[in-house]
Amino acid sequence: MDAVSTSANIVENSNLLLAVMIPLVGSLGVMTMKNHPNLREFISSCASILLFIIVLSFIPSVLHGKVLYYRIFSILPGLSVTLRADGFSMIFALVASSLWMIAVYYSMGYMRGLQEHAQTRFNACFALAIFGAIGVALSDNLFTLYLFYEIVSVCTYPLVAHHQDDEGYMGARKYIIYLTTTAKLFLLPALILIYVLVGNLDFPHNIFTGMLPSDTKSWVVIMLYIFCLLGFAKNGVMPLHHWLPGAMVAPTPVSALLHAVAVVKVGVFCTTRTMLYVFGINTMNALNLGVPTAYFVSFTIIMASVIALSKDNLKSRLAYSTVSQLSYIILGVALLTPHSIDGGLIHIVNHAFSKITLFFVAGAIYVATRKKNISEMSGLGRSMPFTFGAFAIASLSMIGAPPVAGFVTKWYLLVGSMEAHQVGILLVLIASTVLNVAYFAPVAYKAFFGKRPAGEVETGIQEAPLSMLIPILIAATVSVIIGIYPNFMMQFVKAVTG
Amino acid sequence: MDCLILKEGFPLLSFLIFFPLAGAVVLFFFSGERFARWWTLCITTVEAIASLPLITGFDTTTVKFQFAEMHRWIPQWHINYILGVDGISILLVLLSTLIMPFCVLASWRYIKTRVTQFMICLLIMQVSMVGLFVALDFMLFWVFWEFMLIPMYLLIAVWGGPRKEYASVKFFIYTMAGSVFLLVAIIALYLKNGSFFIPDMMWKNYSTTFQMLVFLAFFLAFAIKVPMFPFHTWLPAAHVEAPTAGSVILASVLLKMGTYGMLRFCLPITPEATFTLAPYILWLSIAGIMYGGFTALAQHDMKKLVAYSSVGHMGFVTLGIFILNSRGIEGAIMQMINHGVTTGALFLCVGMIYERTHSRELRLATGVGKYMPWYVTFLAFFSLSSFGFPGTNSFIGEFLVLAGTFTVSKPLALAAIPGTVLAAAYMLRMLQKIIWGGTDNPDQSYLNDLGFREIITLAPFLFFVFWIGLGPQPFIDMMHTSVVNLLQQLGEWQQHASVAALILQ
Repeated sequence: MDAVSTSANIVENSNLLLAVMIPLVGSLGVMTMKNHPNLREFISSCASILLFIIVLSFIPSVLHGKVLYYRIFSILPGLSVTLRADGFSMIFALVASSLWMIAVYYSMGYMRGLQEHAQTRFNACFALAIFGAIGVALSDNLFTLYLFYEIVSVCTYPLVAHHQDDEGYMGARKYIIYLTTTAKLFLLPALILIYVLVGNLDFPHNIFTGMLPSDTKSWVVIMLYIFCLLGFAKNGVMPLHHWLPGAMVAPTPVSALLHAVAVVKVGVFCTTRTMLYVFGINTMNALNLGVPTAYFVSFTIIMASVIALSKDNLKSRLAYSTVSQLSYIILGVALLTPHSIDGGLIHIVNHAFSKITLFFVAGAIYVATRKKNISEMSGLGRSMPFTFGAFAIASLSMIGAPPVAGFVTKWYLLVGSMEAHQVGILLVLIASTVLNVAYFAPVAYKAFFGKRPAGEVETGIQEAPLSMLIPILIAATVSVIIGIYPNFMMQFVKAVTG
Repeated sequence: MDCLILKEGFPLLSFLIFFPLAGAVVLFFFSGERFARWWTLCITTVEAIASLPLITGFDTTTVKFQFAEMHRWIPQWHINYILGVDGISILLVLLSTLIMPFCVLASWRYIKTRVTQFMICLLIMQVSMVGLFVALDFMLFWVFWEFMLIPMYLLIAVWGGPRKEYASVKFFIYTMAGSVFLLVAIIALYLKNGSFFIPDMMWKNYSTTFQMLVFLAFFLAFAIKVPMFPFHTWLPAAHVEAPTAGSVILASVLLKMGTYGMLRFCLPITPEATFTLAPYILWLSIAGIMYGGFTALAQHDMKKLVAYSSVGHMGFVTLGIFILNSRGIEGAIMQMINHGVTTGALFLCVGMIYERTHSRELRLATGVGKYMPWYVTFLAFFSLSSFGFPGTNSFIGEFLVLAGTFTVSKPLALAAIPGTVLAAAYMLRMLQKIIWGGTDNPDQSYLNDLGFREIITLAPFLFFVFWIGLGPQPFIDMMHTSVVNLLQQLGEWQQHASVAALILQ
């Protein structure tokens, strides 16, 4: 069916193991450098740069239609820990590794700016979360995916509970309960049942056939599909999204990591990976699973935007915006047309860069002014023009206005929904765009043109430290660049959809 | 007797049984606490090393009993001294020999009174544990089965906690009650066969009623030992009061005797009853999994929490055994080993906290993560292993058991799934409390992190957690032939029985 399925194109490459080991070793290195903060941050940044270079080194082979793989452990017949780099994994691996680099510098500025406690633990867990995320991106089978998915859940717990106050513990508790319960309750049986049916858990090399045998009863397939959709609760699909706003108690770099890079993207990546590779387009079409899924996540898109409107806390508003935006990705894939899948997958990238900008901005505002609520931010744009400028750009991306990255997504999704002849989905996308404008535009508008609250003086507030400002500007710039030149990332998406 | 491969030369199995006994005898003459500790450590270490040739010499391709030894014992009653290991028992023998040095290390400071006697008890315990798993004569098996009660009773009753009398007597009465039924069944089988040789009793055409009665007698004895819900009530009491080493032996080895008995006796001796009663036992296992999970979730005593988690884990073992397919049974044997490793390690961990705080209360052990980073690292890995985190040993066991269950019945497998969620819930709850606690943690700054001896005690367990979790194939290879043979015989027997039923009709 596709060129990749020939075995000549599957190449063993031990650098895959290196890519997974770097964040792990980096994390161990960070732990040993408890009393040397500078050295500790040096290790983190070295690891992030190394990881990025390694991931970049996969690009030429993948673009030549090759699939890299490396088997680490062979556990049982058909059950192994195996890594793979193909177009699909590169989308997420590139996002995670590049944003880790930026996030390391940003969190250095943030944590030191606020003189937070337990910075070593923070940095170590940060690296471990990336270890899990890269593992998810590079997994070759459902077991490896599940393994790293669970690693991300466990390793981000300390990050959410970082402040160690009642609020932090409550948020972290909700977080871990939602994520482990859904994983055990839905994913584990799905994983085992697929193993029983198929005899292995390896993903195929195309998005059409899926891995289930053709004589599987349709109710079993549908049950497995529902299990997979609900089991990866990191994807933030309602009604299992509550952990995400709860996790907002964490320090802002964590929110940025959780809500732009590691956790939520792990969720949608896993969801879309299973939709396309475990079930496959043919099966999903045959059982008509796509359109109901699209409508199911449409509810999340609209509902989360409506809730976001009502939030005054900037991070909460961003959190609900994330819930809404993640469902775009699933929506695109669920429509099962070439363009809609393109739009869904490219949104993994577009949303990551734009949303991390927004969270970085929220953190910068907090460090500079200790303000959390949008209502207190009017007029701040004049004191912090770069920060709020970046916020405005990233908001445009969320809304889907050209020339910022989000526009590319919207374009493909709109085309895809027309291809699929789903007028309802088209209306959902339009409504969601209007809602996005409604909750993002006032923030930027008030910051630049609003009046300061009575009694506050204009002076004394300035931009956050450079170590925070530079990552913000980089992330915002990248959002614009991938909006103008979407082709670089589109190549990988095209490698998936063919 | 053609099912035995007799061992020429050095009688390894007899050595493994009697060497600790010799060690114990020496301790009768030389007391002195320091000597007793080091001597027991030496004996158990030599024993552990001496058991390694079992692995190297084990032939994974044959279904026969290997390293076999046969001597006449009481000829007029046809009782013989016959030993041998096959794929079902070898891992359990190794588990019992390898775990003992760490039990000694765990008691190094924990036991302060009557050290010599304690060590003698441990050594005698080892005699009966190894003996039970290698015995091929039913009378010999029963002797070891009963023999073990005495040192275990003493371990709890002498070195136990505040309610040691209650716990030890309860343990004794429960197990004794089961043993009586076991003895009755053994004698009934002897009267039918005229021999106590276990393989001779298998795959015989006993009448249906006879099979049902024997099965129920077996089942009662073994279910108490496992312990299966609702026969489990002695377990939390015994665990809570026992000293650390006692808990470790109890969890790691003693509980396995029940499930070993089911595999070794119930399936081959009473196949018809097994087929008839398996569905009920499967649902009883599910009940045990759920019950263990819910009860563990409600515990404030760390030892009780781990004890109830055992009820849940052993539910998976019985589920795997009575699902009667190779994935299920292999998963069940793996799960026995895993439970031995993980729960043993968790009891060691709880013991280490107890040595420091003199309490098993979870709320008094909150927030120690900051002061004992090494300790909580170990604890974290063992807890993850306990609830079947992928990549650790328990995942393999549960995965195989559930895969076997899914092959037979989807509703049954789906009914067991909430048990895994509960396992995650109670383990993560405990882990969260111990590492982090809340905002009102007691002052833990006086705590010292693990010492060298304690790290040495825990490290091998961690090694096995990951070895079995990431490369279980060598372990499965050891048992595979025997398990396949067992199932094949079971299948043949079933075919045979249905043909016979047809003819009768």
